[in-house]
Amino acid sequence: MLYNIKQIREEFPILKQTINNKPLVYFDNAATTQKPIQVIDRISEYYKKENSNVHRGVHHLSQVATEKYESARKYIAEYINASDPKEVIFTRGTTESINLIANAFEGFINEGDELVITSMEHHSNLVPWQQLCFRRGAELVVIKANQKGEIDPDGFKKILDEKTKLVALTHISNVLGTINPVKEITRLAHDVGAPVLIDGAQAIAHIPVDVKDIDCDFYTFSGHKTYAPMGIGVLYGKTQWMEKLPPYQFGGEMIDSVHFDNTTFNELPYKFEAGTPNVAGALGLEAAIRYIDRYGVVNIKKYEDELLDYATAELEKIDGVQIIGKADEKTAVISFVVEDIHMYDIGTLLDQMGIAIRTGNHCAQPLVESYGLTGTVRLSLAMYNTIEEIDIFIEALKKVIALIR
Amino acid sequence: MTIKEKENVIIEEFSIFDDWMDKYAYLIELGKELPVIDEKYKTTQYLITGCQSRAWLFAEVDESGKVFFTADSDAVITKGIISLLIKVLSGNTPREILDADLSFLEKIGLKEHLSPTRANGLVSMVKQIQFYARAFQLKSNVKKMKR
Repeated sequence: MLYNIKQIREEFPILKQTINNKPLVYFDNAATTQKPIQVIDRISEYYKKENSNVHRGVHHLSQVATEKYESARKYIAEYINASDPKEVIFTRGTTESINLIANAFEGFINEGDELVITSMEHHSNLVPWQQLCFRRGAELVVIKANQKGEIDPDGFKKILDEKTKLVALTHISNVLGTINPVKEITRLAHDVGAPVLIDGAQAIAHIPVDVKDIDCDFYTFSGHKTYAPMGIGVLYGKTQWMEKLPPYQFGGEMIDSVHFDNTTFNELPYKFEAGTPNVAGALGLEAAIRYIDRYGVVNIKKYEDELLDYATAELEKIDGVQIIGKADEKTAVISFVVEDIHMYDIGTLLDQMGIAIRTGNHCAQPLVESYGLTGTVRLSLAMYNTIEEIDIFIEALKKVIALIR
Repeated sequence: MTIKEKENVIIEEFSIFDDWMDKYAYLIELGKELPVIDEKYKTTQYLITGCQSRAWLFAEVDESGKVFFTADSDAVITKGIISLLIKVLSGNTPREILDADLSFLEKIGLKEHLSPTRANGLVSMVKQIQFYARAFQLKSNVKKMKR
């Protein structure tokens, strides 16, 4: 389908509103994206016509809901090129997906083992591993990004050995926008027999994701950063791993049979989906990915790259602005600081002009500190943002700087 | 001037500006008048938590029992807001400080800063000021009892 930005903007109802009497400019997409009408309608239709608990009832509605829920799983599995729908587990989001694996890995990690991450991880792909290391007496090894915000795969080569029990890294940095060479790093990890988990929270809406091509063992993402609702996410896991790992939570659909002296568990994917799942969320996520696919993620990437180049060039023209993260391969996430001006002042005043950006450490405190900073101003763009909005932002930023200086 | 009178002066000053930008410019100017905290108190002990920017607050009481505040912040808007609070509250007794309703903040059009979900820490600043006032009041009550 032709990349018609006018039509795309029409499809996101929230973008029509004004903030402080100014048209909303929403540049906080790495935190959460807005939802197209197709997703909103899908959720509403589910509750109007299809709502029922899945996998249980023999009645008509339960059959309908189960069928739709499972077909959402199948569609998402095909989209990321999983080998089988049962490799797609629905979770609450990336954070839960990662915690699930970190907990299930408990029995596979022993004293003296090493878990390897990078310095650009979101807290959600750092703290679960750090805590697992604390519990098991293992060591957390951190591969540092260079000043440009890139990870050198050679850094991994030097660290990885038979002690490495897992490698966890982000596909795209939520602070720097860096696209990491995940395929190459996965190959290096597999050379020493270590499984790889990839945090795809910032990737799935912006670049093509093919888990078979990457060959990672686990891939995680959240619906709400992908034009889908909050409270739904995905954990992709290769069958051979997911069969081996123990369940994470107990009760509901993950049960096969229960007796007071023992319980047997259901098979994949249900083994990891305890309790009543977020069916509306799963259907919303399917609708969101169909929406992305309608325009084509490659076209979206091309469009967002144009926005990135334009915004970067315009920002660099402003005296005192320093962009943090200049990787050769990056998405439309731009962190910056302005000399002698506090990020909080910038964020507050931009908000007055209807511009939503993020300030702070972006849940990646160690990374931000590695640049000697307490935080950055971050704009993160999405498929519905425009060159005109960037112009509005740049003019507003200039005003803010003039006011404070 | 009483706290209420000082509040009214500020309300009047801000009413001159229609444009929010001018309001903020004035707030930032007020920040420059802030009685600055002694460098030695710029420690975690005097740091106000709950701000995205760092802000420090120190208080002392004079012989007549009036409380005086000094503060600082690395963000100019935060500095302006503390400056407003100190302008109104400094030089009063703990009781007067605790009784102040601070409704002027709303009246000058900075209402959005009053929301506890905002990261500017205004709510924490007010709490910290009241905490000092309460502590000084308690101290003076104890003194009276001893007499």
